[in-house]
Amino acid sequence: MAKLDFDLPKLGPNLEIPVLQPDAMLGDGPFVAKPDHQDKLGFPGELVDDWQQVAIDKMGELLGKYRSFKVYLDSCVKCGACTDKCHYFLGTGDPKNMPVARQDLLRSVYRRYFTFAGKHFPKLVGARDLTEDVLDEWYNYFHQCSQCRRCSVFCPYGIDTAEISMAARDIMDAVGKGQKYCNEIIGKVHKIGNNLGLPEPALIDTLEGLEEDIKDDTGIDVKLPVDVQGAEVMLVTPSADFFAEPHIDGLIGYAKVFHQAGISWTISSYASEAANFGMFIGNYENMRKVSQRIRTAALELGVKRIVFGECGHAWRVAYSFLNTLAGPFDFLDNRYPVPQHICELTNDLIGRGALNLDPSANDDKVVTFHDSCNVARASRMGDLPGGQFEIPRAVIRASVNRFVDMADETIRDRTFCCGGGGGLLTDDLLELRAKGAMPRVQALQQVVDDHGVTHMAAICAICKSQFSKVLPMYGLPMDMIVSVHQLVGDAIQLGTKD
Amino acid sequence: MSVTSILFALAFYLATAVLVFGLLHRIVDYARTPAPLKIPTTPAPTTRSGVVVRMAEEVLLFRSLFRANKWIWLFGFAFHVALAVVLARHLRYFTEPVWLPVQLIQPFGIYAGLVMVGALAMLWLRRFAVSRVRYISAPSDHLWLLLLILIGASGLAMKFVAHTDIVAVKAFFLGLLVFDWQPLPTDPLLLLHLTLVLALMIGFPFSKLLHAPGVFFSPSRNQADDPRERRHLAPWAAELENR
Ligand code: SF4
Ligand code: SF4
Repeated sequence: MAKLDFDLPKLGPNLEIPVLQPDAMLGDGPFVAKPDHQDKLGFPGELVDDWQQVAIDKMGELLGKYRSFKVYLDSCVKCGACTDKCHYFLGTGDPKNMPVARQDLLRSVYRRYFTFAGKHFPKLVGARDLTEDVLDEWYNYFHQCSQCRRCSVFCPYGIDTAEISMAARDIMDAVGKGQKYCNEIIGKVHKIGNNLGLPEPALIDTLEGLEEDIKDDTGIDVKLPVDVQGAEVMLVTPSADFFAEPHIDGLIGYAKVFHQAGISWTISSYASEAANFGMFIGNYENMRKVSQRIRTAALELGVKRIVFGECGHAWRVAYSFLNTLAGPFDFLDNRYPVPQHICELTNDLIGRGALNLDPSANDDKVVTFHDSCNVARASRMGDLPGGQFEIPRAVIRASVNRFVDMADETIRDRTFCCGGGGGLLTDDLLELRAKGAMPRVQALQQVVDDHGVTHMAAICAICKSQFSKVLPMYGLPMDMIVSVHQLVGDAIQLGTKD
Repeated sequence: MSVTSILFALAFYLATAVLVFGLLHRIVDYARTPAPLKIPTTPAPTTRSGVVVRMAEEVLLFRSLFRANKWIWLFGFAFHVALAVVLARHLRYFTEPVWLPVQLIQPFGIYAGLVMVGALAMLWLRRFAVSRVRYISAPSDHLWLLLLILIGASGLAMKFVAHTDIVAVKAFFLGLLVFDWQPLPTDPLLLLHLTLVLALMIGFPFSKLLHAPGVFFSPSRNQADDPRERRHLAPWAAELENR
C-alpha cells in the first residue's frame, strides 16, 4: 500500500478521549462543485456577489421550515455530554469536531442575526458576523460530519448535529459553494438514474455477466432481471452492488434468495440507485426529486412491492422519508411494509422455512456485525423498535455458525460510523475518513484479538467501500468486510427447494 | 412605602411579563414551525403513548444524559431536582394559607438549597477543569452559573447569616398578586437575592435556558417512529405536490 501522508491514530486496548488539538483538521475542505455541477441541481454556479445576505435569508427560510433547526440552535446548554461522542473528534482531536463545537460554528452566526442577545451582546454569547473566513470554516467542518446522529443519542435534548450540517450545506449550496462529490453524483442520478452514471445497456450487460458467474459457480440459472413488467418485487439497491467488491456478492445473495423463494423480481434501469444524496446536502427538493423516481418506476413496472438492498443512508430515506417524499403508496400490496428492507424479506422467508440455509458453508469465518449509523439511529426494521439491530443479526446467525458482537458501547444505537458516511466517501477527504474510522476499527481489532473474528458484515454500500479502503491502513485485510447477503448467498443451498 | 419597594414591585411585574410573554412567544413559534420529516432518534417508540413515556424519562430522569456522562448527569440532575424543591418551598411566600405539600417540604428546602449550590459549583468547576467543556463555554455560560450560584448563596445566607423579615416579604408578594402593594424590607441580602432573580426571569426567554421548553419540541425525541404506517407531510411540503 502507498505510504500515507498523515499519521493514523494508534489503536489502543481502550478507546481514549484525545487531548484537544486545535486546528488539527483545518483545511480547505473537499473539492468545491464546478458551475456545471451546481446548475444541474438549481444552485448558483459560484459564490454569488451578495452571498452574506443570501446566506442569512436562506438561514431564515430554514428556521421557518424546520423545527429541528430552530429548536436545536436555541436549546443547547453547553453541557459537554456530546463532546467525546463523535468519531471524527475521537480520531482527530480537533475540537471543532466535537458535535457542540461543530454546531456552534453555525449557532454563533444564528445568534448574531436572529437573536436579541446576539444582536446586542455578541461577545457575551459567542455570536459572530458571517464573514468569508466563517464561510470557509463552515465548508471545511460541515464536511467533517457524516450525519451519523451518534451525538443525538447522548444529548439530553436530542440535538442532532446532522440536522445542523444538512442545513449548513443547504445554505452553502444556496450561495454557490457546493461540494463537488455530492452534487456531481446527484446530477448523474437526475440524468441517468444512478450515482455511477451507468446507462441501461451497461447495467444489463453487467447483470448478464453475473448470471453467468452464478451459473458457473452453482450450475443453477439464477436470474438478475431488469425492467420486467409486472414483476412482484422491484429491488432498489445501491449502484455499487452492480460493480464493486464486496457489494456484488451481496447482490448475488439477494438474487439467490428471490430465486429460492420463487419471488418474481426486477431491477429498474430508471431507478437503478437506492442512495439519495439529496439528504446529504440537506436539500428537500433534490431529495424529493430523487425519491420520486422510485415511485415512477414502481408505477411504470406495475410491481406490487418495493424492496431496498443493503444501503444505510438509502434505508433512512426509504424507511423514514419515502412515504413523505413520494407517497402515498396505496397502489402497492399493503400486506407488506412499504418499502421493505432486504433483510426483513430474507428474515421473513427464513422464519417461514422458505430458504434452505447451511451455515456450515461459512465455517471458514468468524463474523461480527457493524451496525451502520443511519440504519441504527434513523430507521427501523420489522414491527418492534430495535428490529434494525435484531433482524440483520438473525439473518447472519442463520447463515453462519460463529458470530461475535463487538463491545456493547460500540454497537446498536451507540455504533460508530464507518467514517465515510454523509457525503464524505471521496478521496479528497481520505485523511478524515481514515482517522474517523479509528473508533470502529479499534472495537473490531479487539474482537479480532479476543475471538479470532475474520469478517465484519455490513448492510451499507458506503460502509463496505469505506472499510475496503481504510482497513488495510490499520493492517487488517481489505476483504474482511462483507455484505450480509454474501453470507446468505454462500449458505443458501440452491436446487434443494425449487 | 419606600421608593425601593415601589421599584421592586414594578420590576417584578415587568420581569413576570417578560418571562411569560417571552416564553409564550418562543413556544408558539416552536409549535408553529413544521417538522417536515420523521427524524426520531431510533430505536424510538412507535406510538404516541410510547413517546409520552420516552419524554417523561428524558425530562424527569435525564436518561440520554445518564447514558452519555455520569458526572454531568449527577450534577445536572441534582441541580434540577434541588431547584424544583427550592422553588416549591418558595411557594409559601405566595400562598395563604400555605398548601399542605408546601408545608411538608419546608425542612427539605434548606438541604435542597445546599445541594443546588454544590451541584452548580461542580458544574462550574467542570467548565474550567475539563478542557473540552472549557473550549465550548462562552462568557454567558459562565455567567448563568454564577448568577444561579449567587441566587442560591444569597438565599442560604438569609437563612444562616442574616435573617430578613420573612413575614414582611410574604406580605409584599401577596400584595403584588392582588395589586395591593406592601413595603419590602430593605436588607441588602434580600435586595441582592431579588435583583438576581429578576435578572434570571428577564434573561430566561432570550438564552439557552430555552432548553426547558425546547426539550418538549425536539423532533428526535418527541416523534413516534411510524413513517411507513402513517404519511407525514408538512404544509409547505404538501404545496410542492400541487405544482
Ligand atoms: S452526526 Fe456524527 S459525525 Fe456529525 S457531529 Fe454528530 S457524531 Fe459527529
Ligand atoms: S449534549 Fe446537547 S446540550 Fe450538551 S453540549 Fe452537546 S449539543 Fe449541547
